[in-house]
Amino acid sequence: MNTKWETVIGLEIHAQLRTRSKIFSGAATRYGAQPNTQACAVDLGLPGVLPVLNAEAVLMAAKFGLATHSTVAPRSVFARKNYFYPDLPKGYQISQYELPIVHDGYLDIELDESTTKRIGITRAHLEEDAGKSLHEDFHGLTGIDLNRAGTPLLEIVSEPDMRSAREAVAYMKKIHALVRYLDICDGNMQEGSFRCDANVSVRPQDAEEFGTRTEIKNLNSFRFVEQAINYEVERQIALIEGGGKVVQETRLFDPDRHETRPMRTKEEANDYRYFPDPDLLPVEIGQAFLDDVAATLPELPEARKQRFMGDYGLSAYDAGILTASREQADYFEATVDASGGQGKLSANWVMGELSGALNKAGVDIIDSPVSAAELGGLLLRIEDGTISGKIAKQVFQDMFNGEGSADAIIEKKGLKQISDSSAIEGIVKEVLENNPKQLEQYRNGQTKLLGYFVGQVMQATQGKANPKQVNELLRKILDA
Amino acid sequence: MALDTSEVENIAHLARLGIDPADIVEYARNLSDILAFVEQLNAVDTTGVEPLAHPLEATQRLRADEVTETVEREDFQQCAPQTEAGLYLVPKVIE
Amino acid sequence: MHTKNLTELAKGLREREFSSVEFTQACLERVGRLDEQLNCFITVTAEQALRQAHAADARIQSGEAGPLTGIPFAHKDIFCTQGVKTSCGSKMLDNFISPYDATVTQYLNEAGAVMIGKTNMDEFAMGSSNETSFYGPVKNPWDPQRVPGGSSGGSAAAVAARLVPASTGTDTGGSIRQPAALCGITGLKPTYGRVSRYGMIAFASSLDQGGPLTRSAEDAAIMLGAMAGFDARDSTSVDRPVEDYMVGLNDSLEGLKIGLPKEFFGAGLAGGVADAVTAALGEYEKLGATLVDISLPNTSLAVPTYYVVAPAECSSNLSRMDGVRFGYRASDPQDLEDLYTRSRGEGFGPEVKRRIMIGTYALSAGYYDAYYHKAQQVRRLIREDFLKAFETIDVIMGPTAPTAAFRLGEKSDAPITMYLSDIYTIAVNLAGLPGLSIPAGLTDGLPLGLQVIGNYFEEARLLNIAHRFQQVTDWHELAPQGFE
Repeated sequence: MNTKWETVIGLEIHAQLRTRSKIFSGAATRYGAQPNTQACAVDLGLPGVLPVLNAEAVLMAAKFGLATHSTVAPRSVFARKNYFYPDLPKGYQISQYELPIVHDGYLDIELDESTTKRIGITRAHLEEDAGKSLHEDFHGLTGIDLNRAGTPLLEIVSEPDMRSAREAVAYMKKIHALVRYLDICDGNMQEGSFRCDANVSVRPQDAEEFGTRTEIKNLNSFRFVEQAINYEVERQIALIEGGGKVVQETRLFDPDRHETRPMRTKEEANDYRYFPDPDLLPVEIGQAFLDDVAATLPELPEARKQRFMGDYGLSAYDAGILTASREQADYFEATVDASGGQGKLSANWVMGELSGALNKAGVDIIDSPVSAAELGGLLLRIEDGTISGKIAKQVFQDMFNGEGSADAIIEKKGLKQISDSSAIEGIVKEVLENNPKQLEQYRNGQTKLLGYFVGQVMQATQGKANPKQVNELLRKILDA
Repeated sequence: MALDTSEVENIAHLARLGIDPADIVEYARNLSDILAFVEQLNAVDTTGVEPLAHPLEATQRLRADEVTETVEREDFQQCAPQTEAGLYLVPKVIE
Repeated sequence: MHTKNLTELAKGLREREFSSVEFTQACLERVGRLDEQLNCFITVTAEQALRQAHAADARIQSGEAGPLTGIPFAHKDIFCTQGVKTSCGSKMLDNFISPYDATVTQYLNEAGAVMIGKTNMDEFAMGSSNETSFYGPVKNPWDPQRVPGGSSGGSAAAVAARLVPASTGTDTGGSIRQPAALCGITGLKPTYGRVSRYGMIAFASSLDQGGPLTRSAEDAAIMLGAMAGFDARDSTSVDRPVEDYMVGLNDSLEGLKIGLPKEFFGAGLAGGVADAVTAALGEYEKLGATLVDISLPNTSLAVPTYYVVAPAECSSNLSRMDGVRFGYRASDPQDLEDLYTRSRGEGFGPEVKRRIMIGTYALSAGYYDAYYHKAQQVRRLIREDFLKAFETIDVIMGPTAPTAAFRLGEKSDAPITMYLSDIYTIAVNLAGLPGLSIPAGLTDGLPLGLQVIGNYFEEARLLNIAHRFQQVTDWHELAPQGFE
C-alpha cells in the first residue's frame, strides 16, 4: 500500500425513486415499456406544458433525510440546470441547487469488526431523470427513448470522506441497503435504478488541500466501483510522480479493460446557468408532515442491528452482516422464529451454509430455494436432537436441491441421530475391541486418540450417533 | 458592458443559436446596448432585499402519486421531424 | 351582427334572431374580405368553426347555452389548440400541429365559444408592435401604416376591426393592454395565477398571463369568467373560486380613491395622450372618485428589470425548440451541434435570438448575481411600491402607453426604444397585479388607452371601474374607418 499518498473519494449516487408516476407528470414509471409509450406531453417537453410535483417523491426524500440524521429543509426550491442533449427534452433538467430538500446528514460504515467510520452526506436532492439514447441500429443515427424522462431521482452526495475504494464500496452498499430498507428505491443496478459516480483525487499524506479530482461516471456495480477507483488512484499517482498534472475531467470505466478513460465528448466547462424554476413554487415541509413520515419509517438497519445484538446475543460484526439487506434480516428473523428461537444457530447457518449455497448458485436470498421457515425447521431438528449438526449440513444440501423438507429427507434417508445410550455404548465397546493397538496407546498417555475413537464410532454409525453422547460414553469407558 | 464578437459567439454557442457571421457585429452592438441599459440596476441599493421569484409568493402544491396519463405515442409523434420504431432520431451522439 | 356586444349576441342567439352558424359565417366572410389589409390571422379555422357553431346551436336549442355559447372569437396563436396549427408567430413552430389543447382552449370550448382562427402575434410574444412575426406585421385598422401594438396585435386588431366580437391575448409586459390601447379596445391582464398557463406557450413564466380583448368591459367580464379558473396542471395557478364578474359592474364609484403616480405623467408621455387621460380622470371625478397624487419611486427601474428577468426565463423556456421532437428542423444536419444551431438559428427571428442571448448572458457563470439575482431583488422593491400605494388608495390610473400607434418600422431598428413602449405596463407584470386598458380618447385621430391597475384578484373592481366609465363616455364605441 502506498503510504506516501492519500486517496480522497466522494460518491454521488442517483437513486430512482419507486413512485408509480413521474416526478412532474402523471405518466407511468414502469421499467421496460415500448419506447416513448410512457412519455406524455409534459415528459416530452412540448410547448406550453408545465410540471406538477409528485407528493410521494417528497415523502421519499424526507424518509431518506430522517433515516440519515439529515436536516429535511423546511423550504426547498427547484432549479433549472440548463444544457443541450437529445435525451433532455426541455433543454434543461429540473433539479435542486441552492436549497436542496435534504442536507447535512451522515451514515456510519463498518470498516472491520471493531471500527466504524462516519461518512458525511452533504445533501440529497430531488430531480428528474433524462431519457435514453440508443446508438445502434439506426443507420448512423441515434434513437431517443423518453420513457425514462421525468422519473424521479434522489441524488445523494457524500462528503469527500472516503479514503479507499473499500470504504467507498462499504458506503455505497450501505446506501443501497438503506434505500431498499426504506422501500424508496429497488436498487436494481442492471436496470439503472441505482447509479454511482465517483469523484477521486489523491494528495500527499498530511497535505491540507485536496488534489484535482476526476469524476468517473455511471458505475453500476459494487465491483466496478472498486475497480474503477483503484485504477484511477494508481493512474493519478503514476501521472503525478511522472511529473504530470491531473486534469479535472469526466471519465468512464471500461469493465472489460478495467480502466478509466476520458469521455470522448468535447471537454468544456459546463455552464449550467442554474436559476429557480419559475414554473414551480418553493416546497414547504412542516413538522407535522415530518412527524407523519417518521411514523412510517421501518426499523432502520442500525436499530435493527443493535436489536439483533441485544435479543440474540450476536456480535456487532455478525449483526452487521445479517442486517446488510432488509431481505437478509427478514429471512434471519423468520428463521429464528421457525427454529424455536435459536438466534446464534440461525445466524451461523444464514451466514454460513445458506450464504455459501446461494453464492455458489448465484442466487439472491429472495429467491432462495430453502425458505426461512424450512431452514428454521431444520435447525429445530438439531436442537431437539433428531440429527447432528453435521448430518444437518447434508440434509440442507438436499433441501437446497429441492428434495423436500427437513423431516421428509431425514425420514427418507434414515438419518435420525442415534441417541440411545445403550446402542451407542454397544458400538463404542465394539470399536474399542477392534482397535486394541490404539487403546493401548491411549492408556499409555496419548489422550488425543479420543478423537480417533470418536471418528470410528461416527463412521460405524454412518455419522448418525449423537456426538456428544459418543464423547461422554467413550470418556466414561476409557477412564474407568 | 460592451460585448465583443467573440463573447457573442460564446453566448450564441451556449444557447445553440446559429448566427450568420455577417450579423455578429450588429448583434454585439444591440446586445451591448441592452446590457448598458439594464446596468442601471447596479446603482440600486438592494442590501437585505430578498429576490422575488414569484409575484404571489405561494408554495408548491403536491400531486397524488397516480398514473393519470395514457400515452398515444402516435398522437405525439405525428409532429416529429424524424422517428423510427417509436424512437426520435438525431445525428449520432458519441459519448 | 358584427357591431353587437356579447350580451346582445347571446340574446340574439337565444331568441333565434340568428343562429351561431349564421353569425360564424358572417365573421368568416368578413375575415375573408378584410383581413388581407390587416393580416390579423395566421390560421382561419373555417371548418372547425362551423362544426362548433352547429354544436352550439344545438345546445342553444336545448336551453343549455351559457353566455359564450355560439359566440365567435379569435384565439392568439400562443394557445395550443389540438389538431390545429399553433405557431406562436414563429417559423420554428410553423409546422407544429398541437397534439393537445391548452386549458384556456378547453374552457372556451366547454363554454361553447366558436374559434374563428388563430391570431398573428409578435414571435414568441416578444415585441410591442407585432412586427417580429414570421407571418408579417399586423396593421392597425385605424391606420394601416401603423402598428397595432404587440405582442397580441392580431387579437387586438381583429376586435377593433369588428372581425370578431372578442379575442384572447397574453400579457407579459403589456402585450394585452398596450395593443388594446393602440387599437381603441378594452384589454385585461388578470392577476398572475388567475388564468391557467397550461398550454399557453411560455415566454416568461413568472410574468405571463392570458386574458381577454373585447370592445367593452362588460364583454371582458364575460370572457374572463370563461377563461379564468384554477388548473391542477399549472403549479402557479391559484386555487381560488372565480367570481361572477358581472355582478358588481354597475356598482357606484362614490368614494373611490384613484392614485396617480407622478412617474406615469413625466417626460416621454405624448401631449395628446396626457390631455386625453386628464380628461378621462375628470370623468371619474364626476362619478364620485377622488384623485390622489402618489409615487411609485422605482418605476424607472421596471423596464430594465423586466429586460433581465424576462429574457432569462425565456432563454430557458425556448431551449426545448431544438428540432428533435417537433417544430422546425434544419435540413441535412451534419451532426448534433449542427442540428441544434442551424434549426434554432434558422427557426428563430432576430428579436427572439437577442432575448435568448441576453437571458443566457444574465444567467451565465459570473453574471448571475449581477444581473438575474439583482433584477429579482429590484422586482421586490417595485412590488412593494404598489403594495404601499394600495394602503392609501384603491386603484392606480395612468396612460397605458406613452404615445398612440407609431409607424411600422419606426422603432424596429432600435430595440430599447421599442422596449420603452411598455414603460407603464411592465411594472404591473413584475408585481403580478391585475391591470386593464380602456379607450379614453383620440389623439390625431388615433386611439389611446387609460390603464387601471388594481390589487391582487381585484378584477371585478377593475371591470366595474371600466364599465362605469364606458356608461358615460363612448370612446369604446368608436370604430376605425372602413371597419364600422
